Formats: sequence, structure tokens, C-alpha cells
Amino acid sequence: MSGITFDLFVLQLFTGLAMGSVYVLLGVGLSLIFGMLTVVNFAHGAFYMVGAYMGVFLMGVTGNFWLSLIGVPLIVGTLGLVVERFLIRPLYGRGIDYPLLLTFGLGYVFIEIIRIIFGKEGQVFDTPDILLGAVDIGVGFFPLYRIFLIGAVAVLIFGLWLFIERTSFGLVIRAGARDPEIVKVLGVDVSKIWLIVFGIGTGVAGLAGILYAPLQGVIPEMGVSVLVEAFVVTVVGGMGSLIGAVVAGLLVGVVVAMTALFAPHMAEVSMFALMALVLLVRPQGLFGRAGLMG
Amino acid sequence: MTETMTTKKVNKGISRRTLLGTAAAGAAVVGTSPFWINIAKAEDKIRIGFPVPLTGPYGSEAAEQARCAQIAVDQFNKAGGLNGRMAELLVRDDKLKPGEAATRTLELIEKDKAHFISGSLSASVQLSVNAVTKARGIIYVSISQSDAINEAADFSPYTFHEALNPHMTAGAVGRYVFPKSGKRVAFLIADYAYGHEMVRGFKRAGEASGIEVVAEVTHPLATKDYSTFLPRIQAAKPDVLCLCNFGYDQLNSIKQATGFGMKQQMKLVAPALLYNQRLAGGSAYDGVVGGANYHWTIEDKVASAKAFNDLYRAGNDGAPPSDYGAYGYAGVGGLLEAVKAAGTIDTNKVIEAMEAMKYDLYKGTQHYRKCDHQSVQDVFIVESKPEAEMANKFDVFKILDVDRASGDSLRTCSELGHKA
Repeated sequence: MSGITFDLFVLQLFTGLAMGSVYVLLGVGLSLIFGMLTVVNFAHGAFYMVGAYMGVFLMGVTGNFWLSLIGVPLIVGTLGLVVERFLIRPLYGRGIDYPLLLTFGLGYVFIEIIRIIFGKEGQVFDTPDILLGAVDIGVGFFPLYRIFLIGAVAVLIFGLWLFIERTSFGLVIRAGARDPEIVKVLGVDVSKIWLIVFGIGTGVAGLAGILYAPLQGVIPEMGVSVLVEAFVVTVVGGMGSLIGAVVAGLLVGVVVAMTALFAPHMAEVSMFALMALVLLVRPQGLFGRAGLMG
Repeated sequence: MTETMTTKKVNKGISRRTLLGTAAAGAAVVGTSPFWINIAKAEDKIRIGFPVPLTGPYGSEAAEQARCAQIAVDQFNKAGGLNGRMAELLVRDDKLKPGEAATRTLELIEKDKAHFISGSLSASVQLSVNAVTKARGIIYVSISQSDAINEAADFSPYTFHEALNPHMTAGAVGRYVFPKSGKRVAFLIADYAYGHEMVRGFKRAGEASGIEVVAEVTHPLATKDYSTFLPRIQAAKPDVLCLCNFGYDQLNSIKQATGFGMKQQMKLVAPALLYNQRLAGGSAYDGVVGGANYHWTIEDKVASAKAFNDLYRAGNDGAPPSDYGAYGYAGVGGLLEAVKAAGTIDTNKVIEAMEAMKYDLYKGTQHYRKCDHQSVQDVFIVESKPEAEMANKFDVFKILDVDRASGDSLRTCSELGHKA
């Protein structure tokens, strides 16, 4: 194709990494919950959507984006705690398809509730003024908000890594993931760990929802495609691997961006082609092994 | 009231019981929705079937269309109907699926004995409804903004198209924008019939002003993130970017193009600038230019618009009707006006009346072109207002120009495959 300059190529690469950071954000919550609880959370996209709506709600109450950014993961995480305690917990030990079907239905319930409360019409969520506009990154203009997104995701991932790798609670989480029976025998309350991990995973999904809200329409169905993308990232990176989610998210972003540059109509398919390829070569995913950090 | 109550419940924290309670409240709301009140059958009534996608991505537009269609029916009945014979509207959910729409339409005709059909909100759904009505010899007034059914292959004497079509909207917008904003034109195209039809409309309008197409980027339908498509368009340095997509695709691409600072470099235009999406899109829409079949503020100049707005406001807490809602009103209202003019519901007589009539329901005079039954009507060129200029929250568009009703902007009858 003509018209592809070096600058455009580099800008597109950067675009891919920026979009990849969003995929990381989407994938990491799903991956965390699966890695620890072996629960495939099909309501992940719905938690993301609820996060965006809670963002709209908090912005309406406080008028402050930063307060909302702190409030949303707490609210959605709390919702996650309630869901784990009262809906998921009774299903432990019954096979992986029980919580899968439950969360699948739960996703629809959330969408319906949001429709009833907020209506079917989209909600306004403008980019905060301070992050408006585009900046020159040397090869072209790039939206300030997307640069902020990259930073926010980096901070979040670093925080999660510190929490899991460097705290004693994180140690218990990792141990619980490897062998819950032994941890139980040692006198640790595993159910409490699972509760908290589910809360964190759903809280991160909610955070992703509000972070992405300025870039898209806030509608009840917005989480549906997110679930698919989060699964691709999780499968490519390896279920339950934090580093896997990061590498896979960025990789998916770059692959989609490069495909969009040379064959835009193939962009959507490219991430699934990548997933199929990875599954053929490494069925467990790039970093998929037992244990969170692979 | 129900809404605020539900909000409170959820905010208190959610237990399983509250969840169930909320769901039950929701079910109650759905149960008392106005569409189902009029379903009770009466033998002597004029029945108009109205399949629209109440569930799915265009749910809010569809519900709005049903509300407005009901206004047309109420108005007809209040004026005494057809010599005392009342009309009723039978709203059905086509779920935006061609198969579902065909089944619902068939049911409406066979079981509910509908005399006329109007509705639908997508190219493929419209085609399947038309296939059914064509086979059964029932008049169908489509209110979907795609004109595939007007082409000879799918057209029948029973087929009418009330909505604008791609050549009318994209053509009007192109004729207005290209001479003013520049000749280098880029297209962002949703990869389905509607997107490509709009591109053809723009290109045809651009021939006169000699536009140069510098980029054509297609994206899959329902794309969420446009960041990977935009740098390529920026690099081509166009004067005008035509966003040939619809619904949330339009909203998301405008939001993200704004983020990339593209408004400072080029003019963003959309063939159909959507009222509902603008309400949801907020300031991202500022300065975007597009076409519209209607904007409620024309009521200052057009008497029928004022009358329609007042009827709608009375039942909707003072909110004005939307562009797509107006299609629902016009589709059903036009049919009933023809029924009155014909003095009967006999299909052939009503077709004759529709072909002959000049009607002014909500936006000025319209008429159906004889060869393909496309409604010839004004197209409004609108620009989205920044918040500072808005008189109230519904005052979102400034009307820049009106492309007056004329057959010139349409594809000719022979282009569509009709014999002259």
C-alpha cells in the first residue's frame, strides 16, 4: 500500500502499544480470578460495564474524575465481593462449568438492571479537561488521554505485582493458587483469600470500565465485546499469569494495529488468528503454568 | 418514580433479595409499557403492523419510533378515523434480525390481520420485511435509511420508502461541505451495505466539485477502538473526513478522532448526524457537520413541525422528538393520510392515493416518486453546537442549510433499474 511512511509506521506501532495497554487492563482481572480460583468469570465484561456506569454516576455526584477513578474500583470490587460470597462460593468443588454458567447469566442480569436504572440510551462521559487534546510525540500527534492510559495501566500492574510478589498476603495468595489443600492444612482460611482475589479482579474490571469510558459510548452492551478481547488476552498470555496478561495484551495491540495499517478489514480477525497460532504452538498460552507469575 | 426508587435500592448495597426485587420492578415496568395496551383485537379497526428492533443496539431508537407512530394513530383516531373507523398500531419486536422480522411480519399479516406494515431499522431487516409484504400484496412503508428496496430487483408496487436514503443525505452533505472545506477527502467506512452506500453518495456529490479521495479506510461493524485506523487518515492530510458509519460506531469514532486532535486538522462530517448519539456523545460532537431528516428546532419556521413537537412533548415531559422518532410518525402518519384521501383501505386505491398525494406531516411538503416510491423531501444540513450556544439540553444542532426537496438528488429511475 502506498502512503506508508516511516513516521506513520512508528506512530502505528505506538498506537498498538497504547491499545495493548488497554487489552492488558481488560485481561488482567480475568486472568487473576482464573489463576487463583479456577473460576472463568463470564461476567467480566458486565463488571467492566458497571464500572463505566458507576463512573457516570460518581461524576454526576462529585464532578471530579480523579475521585471517581478511586471510587469506581471500590464500588465494583465490593459488588464482586458480594457476588463471590453469596453466588460463587456455594459452587466451589462442583466443577468449572457451574461458576461459568452462573457468571454467564449474571452478566445478563447486570445489563438488564443497568438498562432499568439508566435506560437504554448512551450516557455522556467526556474526557477530563486536563487530559484533552493531542501531543506531538515526534512522529505525529497522539491523544494525551491515551498516553495517560498507558501510565495508569503501568502503575496498576506494578502495584498488583508488588502486592502479589512482595507482601505476605501475596505469598498466601500464591501458595493458595498452587495448592489450596496444603494451605488449608496450615490453618489459612482459603475462602477469605478467594473472596479478596475475586474482589480485586472485578475491581480492576470496573477500573477498566471508567478508564475506557471517555473513549467510547457508555451503553449497557459495552461489555460484551470486552469479554471476548479479555479472553483472547488471557488465553494467549496463559490463564492466571500476570506477566502473561501484560505481554499478551501488548502483543495483541501491536498485531491488531499493524494489521489495521496494511489490511484494515482484517484487523478484527487478526487477534483471533494470533490466538489460534499460539494455541497450536503452546496450548497453555505463552506464560501459562500453574502459579500466578508463571 | 420507579427509576429513582430502584437507584436507591441498588445504592444501599446489593443482596440477592434486592437484586430480585429490582428485577421484579423492572418486569413490572416492562409489563405496563404502553405498546401492549392496544394489542386487544377489534374486527373493525384499521390495523398497522409495526416491526421494529425494540431489543438490541437500536432499542432506544425503536422505542422512540413506536411512541411517535402511536401519536400518528391517536391523532387519526381523534380526528374521527376513516368515517368513524379507528386505527390501531401493532408494535412487534424484530430484534434487528431479518429472520425474526420476516416471522413477525408474517404473523402480523396472517394472525393479526394487519392491513398495512410500516417500520424496520436496518437494510437487511427491511429487505426481509419487504419480501414478505411483496409476496402477500400488503403495503409496506419502510423507515430505514437504506434504499435497497427501491431498486427494481426488490421493488414492488406495495413498497414505499419514507426515510431519506444514502444518496440524499450523503449527497446533500457533500454538496454543502466540499466547496467550503476543501477537495482532499478521506473516508472512514463501516464495512457493510450502509457504509459503502454512503461513500457512493459522497463520491457522486463530489464529482461536481472535483474532490480527490486521499484515503479510504474500512473498519468492521461495531468497532470499539478506532485508534489504529486514525493515524493513517491523519497522514493523508485530508481537508474533510467523511464518517460513513452509524449508531455507536459514529459516536465512538467521533469521540476518538477528537482525541487525536483531528478536528484542528480537518472537517469531520457524517452523512446522517444522529440526534440520540449526539445526546450521548456530549462535547465530542462539537463542530461536526452532517445531514438530518429532522431537527425539532425547525418548528420556528415549519408549522407542521410545531404541531408534531407539541403532540410529542405533551406525552414526554416536554422533551422534543428525535430525528428517528419522526420517521415512525411519518411512516404511519403518511399511510393514514393516504387512507383518508382514498376513503377506503383497499390496497390498490391507497397506493394510488399515496402516489398522488403531497403531504406535510412534520417537516414541509413531501411526495412519493412514482417509479420507486421514494419519499422526496428536504434534507437538513446541521452542525453540532458547543454547550455554550445551546438554549437547552435538546438544542444540540444548528441548521446550516436546507437541501430542498427535489428529484435531482436521487438516483434516476433508470439507474435503479426501473423502466422510465
